[in-house]
Amino acid sequence: MKHVKTLNNKTLKESMKKGGCGECQTSCQSACKTSCTVGNQSCENTNR
Amino acid sequence: MIHQYKNNGYNIVMDVASGSVHVVDDVVYDAVAILKKSQNDLEKPEKLQDELRRRAVDELILASYGAEEAQEALDEIQMLIDEEELFTKDIYQEYVADFKKRKTVVKALCLHIAHDCNLGCKYCFAEEGEYHGRRALMSFEVGKKALDFLILNSGNRRNLEVDFFGGEPLMNWEVVQRLVEYGRSQEGLHGKKFRFTLTTNGMLLNDEIMEFCNQEMSNVVLSLDGRREINDFMRPTRGGKGSSYDRIVPKFQKFAKSRKGKDYYIRGTFTRHNLDFLQDVKHFADLGFDQMSMEPVVASSDEPYAIREEDLPQIMEEYDKLALEYIKRKKEGQGFHFFHFNIDLSQGPCVAKRLAGCGSGTEYLAVTPWGDFYPCHQFVGREEFCMGSVDEGIIRTDIQDEFKLCNVYAKEKCRDCFARFYCSGGCAANSYQFHGRITDAYDIGCEMQKKRIECSIMIQAALTDEANP
Repeated sequence: MKHVKTLNNKTLKESMKKGGCGECQTSCQSACKTSCTVGNQSCENTNR
Repeated sequence: MIHQYKNNGYNIVMDVASGSVHVVDDVVYDAVAILKKSQNDLEKPEKLQDELRRRAVDELILASYGAEEAQEALDEIQMLIDEEELFTKDIYQEYVADFKKRKTVVKALCLHIAHDCNLGCKYCFAEEGEYHGRRALMSFEVGKKALDFLILNSGNRRNLEVDFFGGEPLMNWEVVQRLVEYGRSQEGLHGKKFRFTLTTNGMLLNDEIMEFCNQEMSNVVLSLDGRREINDFMRPTRGGKGSSYDRIVPKFQKFAKSRKGKDYYIRGTFTRHNLDFLQDVKHFADLGFDQMSMEPVVASSDEPYAIREEDLPQIMEEYDKLALEYIKRKKEGQGFHFFHFNIDLSQGPCVAKRLAGCGSGTEYLAVTPWGDFYPCHQFVGREEFCMGSVDEGIIRTDIQDEFKLCNVYAKEKCRDCFARFYCSGGCAANSYQFHGRITDAYDIGCEMQKKRIECSIMIQAALTDEANP
């Protein structure tokens, strides 16, 4: 496209199909402890 | 829902429900702004109505865009709609209905190894380690029961997380070591893998502890606030003798170097006294640290160091400056990880995780030195949130249910917020502290969170631009 550069596609909707395995890190175990940082975590689903 | 903003010369359009993020030129940016006044969110792709499209083109021409350019912009917007990457409807509310029925398992514990501390940090939510209660150290027996509880209640989850927290956990180091050894001995028997982490102020760090941590801890969180005078003002030693910075920094530098690929985070807190916290982040980088976090203090508004609403414009500007510094250093080959700018747009958390939030009270529990369970470390000491103990298990299933249902759709303030799938509704403890219930939101925290998300996405745009000009 000439006017649009897409950084990522519809990942959220796609993730409904294979998401929810729960193997990812709990957000407060990483570095915050005082805020909620779910969006900063990585997915650890090996089947995704 | 569409959220659009400009930052550092980038025009960014976020389609919140699909998770798509687009960097666009001025004409598409303005066209989206015009369309979103009338265009509903769509369950399936639809053609833009002729009348709406015509009006948008007219408005763009009035705003001095060429007719051909305006038509092109609308064509590309239509292509995004066809790909379900623009004007998509939030369809997860029905998906979340199943959350009420879901069986949760426990996968993470925050072990309060020591309710005691050797620093006197002024902003400590644990009240210098004591959590509104008495000084205490966790015994090995209590910790062992906590690990057994975790194994037993973790269902099919393989990865189990245990954070050694305090107070200051190094004040009870022997128990930490024994619990790690015990955990490792159980992994093969139960098909589990423990991920141990440690949060420490560094005062008691020594070579032996560092070596053990480098073997066993997947992450260490090292508390330091930045410049010497900033750190020592809020993180004084007990009795106020000497500089905690001078004692800690050389140890943290050695520790960080010795991690060899394993995670660590230098974690600072900024307050009203250092709203120029970019200087502290730069200070971390200049000390040689390349993984860091800088959290806004969460404090009652009557504290002199608490962040006030009137501080927000300065904080927003500081985040913008930090984002520019982050990009600059990255391009110079001297980049660092800033925890709040970590964002993985293509492989980030699934929607189930984003809806479930941080997991406090369900997947994640805090354990006091005497073995009581709380929804998270920040609720410890609030007796009304005591959920049970390592001996009895979870008794207060009503508290568990309350936290299980606490998601973005249960929070009025989150329903129309573009950030809801990034922060997942924010911190329940912060909500409780400021509003007396967990389904509200800490408003000042929300504003900062939104800004950090905007900066993170702009950084992605800038770095992508660099890679594919």
